[in-house]
Amino acid sequence: MKIVLSATGPGFEAAVDERFGRCPYFLYIDSETLEIEATDNPGEKASGGAGIVAAQAVADKDVKAVLTGHIGPNAHEVLSKAGIKMFTDVTGKVREAVESFKSGNLKESTGPTVAGHFGKGPRV
Amino acid sequence: MIISIASGKGGTGKTLVATSLALSLSENHRVQLLDCDVEEPNAHIFLKPIFDKRETASIPVPVVDEEKCTHCGECSRVCVYNALAVLKTAVMTFPELCHGCGACAYLCPEKAINEELRGIGVIEIGRSGSVDFVHGVLNVGEAMAPPVIRQVKKHIFSDGISIIDASPGTSCPVIEAVKGSDYCLLVTDPTPFGLNDLALAVEAVRSLQIPCGVIINRSDVNDSQIEAYCDRENIPMLMKIPLDIEIAKLYSRGIPLVLGISEWKDRFIDLFEDICACVKQEAI
Repeated sequence: MKIVLSATGPGFEAAVDERFGRCPYFLYIDSETLEIEATDNPGEKASGGAGIVAAQAVADKDVKAVLTGHIGPNAHEVLSKAGIKMFTDVTGKVREAVESFKSGNLKESTGPTVAGHFGKGPRV
Repeated sequence: MIISIASGKGGTGKTLVATSLALSLSENHRVQLLDCDVEEPNAHIFLKPIFDKRETASIPVPVVDEEKCTHCGECSRVCVYNALAVLKTAVMTFPELCHGCGACAYLCPEKAINEELRGIGVIEIGRSGSVDFVHGVLNVGEAMAPPVIRQVKKHIFSDGISIIDASPGTSCPVIEAVKGSDYCLLVTDPTPFGLNDLALAVEAVRSLQIPCGVIINRSDVNDSQIEAYCDRENIPMLMKIPLDIEIAKLYSRGIPLVLGISEWKDRFIDLFEDICACVKQEAI
């Protein structure tokens, strides 16, 4: 199954980024073969509508599930419409997150987990 | 003639200057005051206008005809505000992010996008004595002031004197309010913040090629840095309004300076003459 993770870097050892719309990288991973493709997130530096443009980008890649920390209301709306499952509160390394997903230990979210503009501003 | 009042820093006295200038000139000229600080208009508190007309301020937002749409994605690609998302079988619009630029509708290859107006504020038009008064009020929760400001400015006289009260800062709403003016008065206070933001405002109005002059409000013993800056930049210092408890008391009761202390009226008439001289010089 093709899934996508919000990540702080381009490989399996990177951390899952808690922000969906504003994360720097999206990692597209085939959960069976572990084939991985990293792309920039078009929402990272968007002046507004980051969640929307990020959600559209992952929907264009035909993913079945998103693994991330939090999802805001606009991204949630777009991903729901696209029929993509959302797993939130995911933390740790990308490799571990994919393992947790495969073993069915992640929580599927049914609504936005944060208000808009959650991911804006510097992270410390 | 269009004279705008801007500041950079907030709370320097733009509205004090705008209202007193309008009242002073209204005896001998046709004058209107346009409060373009649509996020927080306050000139009405001092001029107490009677409004006789209200208009909705709106922006055009896209409505997609799903029958015609092929989900090609062009609209979302051209939208720099990310106000549209196109999925394989659906288009989603986010009107609160739309700036009303019209690019999506214009560039849709299927002509599947129509625009409908979305209200984001109100324009109120009225009179205060012999001053014509217009202001815009952005609805609470809306982020886009410039379209409301543009709609306020549609009411500018073709003759007479139009005085525009701008918002503080140097961002889009200020540019929208100030552009097209014949002259811009920059009101500052003699503080490091005042000077810093004055310099930003000067840069902004210069890039719009509008001549400007400075008024120091709450003028006291600390004026020298502002004066040195104006000297260096060759900007005329047009007026000083002292730090004075009487002026503050009047203002706190919503009484315009020139109505509370009548000798200020002549100073504002002189100010207008200085502005006219600057504008004339600029035209040569």
